[in-house]
Amino acid sequence: MTEMLKQYFKMSNILVTVAILVLFVLVNVGIETGYIDDYYKLNLFLICINIILAVSLNIINGMTGQFSIGHAGFMAIGAYGSAIMTLKLGYPFAVGIIVGAVAAALCGILVGLPTLRLKGDYLAIATLGFGEIIRVVILNIDYVGGAAGLNGISQYTDWPWIFSLTVITVLVIKNFMTSTHGRACISIRENEIAAETMGIDITRYKVIAFTMGAFFAGVAGALHAHYFYTIQPTTFGFLKSFDILVYVVLGGLGSMTGSVIAATGLTILSAYLQDYAELRMVIYSLLLIVVMLVRPQGLLGTAELSFDGIRRFFARQTGKGRGAGNDSAVG
Amino acid sequence: MILLSVNHLSKTFGGLKAVSDVNMELKIGELVGLIGPNGAGKTTVFNLLTGVYTPTEGDIALRRETLVGLKPWQINQKGIARTFQNIRLFSNLTVMDNVKIAYHQHRSYGMLSAILRLPGFYRGEEEMVKKAEDLLEIFKLSHKKHELAKNLPYGEQRRLEIARALAAQPQLLLLDEPAAGMNPQETAELMEMIRWVRKHFNLTILLIEHDMSLVMGICERIYVLDYGQIIAQGTPDEIKSNPKVIEAYLGEDVSHAVS
Repeated sequence: MTEMLKQYFKMSNILVTVAILVLFVLVNVGIETGYIDDYYKLNLFLICINIILAVSLNIINGMTGQFSIGHAGFMAIGAYGSAIMTLKLGYPFAVGIIVGAVAAALCGILVGLPTLRLKGDYLAIATLGFGEIIRVVILNIDYVGGAAGLNGISQYTDWPWIFSLTVITVLVIKNFMTSTHGRACISIRENEIAAETMGIDITRYKVIAFTMGAFFAGVAGALHAHYFYTIQPTTFGFLKSFDILVYVVLGGLGSMTGSVIAATGLTILSAYLQDYAELRMVIYSLLLIVVMLVRPQGLLGTAELSFDGIRRFFARQTGKGRGAGNDSAVG
Repeated sequence: MILLSVNHLSKTFGGLKAVSDVNMELKIGELVGLIGPNGAGKTTVFNLLTGVYTPTEGDIALRRETLVGLKPWQINQKGIARTFQNIRLFSNLTVMDNVKIAYHQHRSYGMLSAILRLPGFYRGEEEMVKKAEDLLEIFKLSHKKHELAKNLPYGEQRRLEIARALAAQPQLLLLDEPAAGMNPQETAELMEMIRWVRKHFNLTILLIEHDMSLVMGICERIYVLDYGQIIAQGTPDEIKSNPKVIEAYLGEDVSHAVS
């Protein structure tokens, strides 16, 4: 039993927990006292939403190696699903989030089962088509406002909600990915034929990855809808899917910490570039081109940033230093 | 007792008969070789046995239970594991993870205990790590368990592939050219290892190999495949002196000259 407790109370776990709590309290106090004004708050919330989106797409594209570019479609389902629950049917926010996320997950299964037989470019086109179908369908339903969108959604999304859901999303996906089930997903990315002949039910794990990704995209959609008062079909078009894809590719396909860093960095960057509206996309695109030229595998590749990893890295650096010293002494 | 029986197995690709009317029987504990010239259809037979291809005709049965129509992962779970002619490791994962993935089907915890990190998860992972370490120990890879599979030298990659196949805990192990690209010294070690593994894990082994010293040295029985058909079977000595085999390998003129 003590062995078990040691697992839970590892130094790195305690450090991360403390860091998360401190961040939460600091920002919360900042918002309450008005020290963090609405502009910073908006960007902070966008960062959280984008982290959820990036990390959830990373399960599909990065870990399982299935190239999906219709992620905004799942976000739309989460946004509209939750907004219908709270605005039209008067349910509490929590119910809205759950319904939105589950609806997105169900769509994930529905889309995943037939399309995940496709590989590479073909799957990408199919998911792109799916994203557009969602958008066009919503556009033509009068109940949710059609092209004008849904207006007057209550602003339920506050810092405790968005922060806790971001942490939960990252934690759930991390725990899934570092278990045997996550390794099954990664083995599909690494070598589909070998995975299948090693007893991995590849269809099952592809659909699980797709469904989990869709679920959390739905969560992000619900948070988005209940922060901006209003949602329109155009918000969830191809460009949004593309944005999310950029976070994942830039951070490194298969690296969760990479996705988090890229989503945070790019959200901040695009906030700073807001003033130069014309130049914004140019600078943004140039940056992407440069990163892809210099580091085609993304910022972190498939590696993860962790406390243990950083400690090991410095240990290796000092070890190397000593080794070199010895060599020169011999020489 | 028969472990694997293959009856009238055929596979056509378009107009090409890659494998036609193959009959094979493996008894429990046997070590059998499958040889034949290049393009004879040996790997196709392996792909049919493991479900990568579905047979056009015929039946494959493991312990009298048919395998035709099952997916590769189902066949693996029934007890057939294999290695590949062109190594197919999970090259960007560590040696350890490569083996752990094959243990997936014997996992002891579900997705919920993984996500919530219940005690069952830690127990299950610990058990997997221990089993994987035992296997790596046997294959002399434990000192490299944290290295990426792609960074291993060729011979070690071949060994890792066998270790990974064994992690699935199969009854029948299919080895596709395990000695390809190895030097005589490595091949000799590999022969020793195959013998030892068979005994230690109570395995039945079917292997494809071009290295005749290995095939003749360890196989109890040999099937010879040519143009998709079994042209001979028997003990290594019988095969060595079979005129049909000599003809298939060396051409008609030479076989006349020999006889």
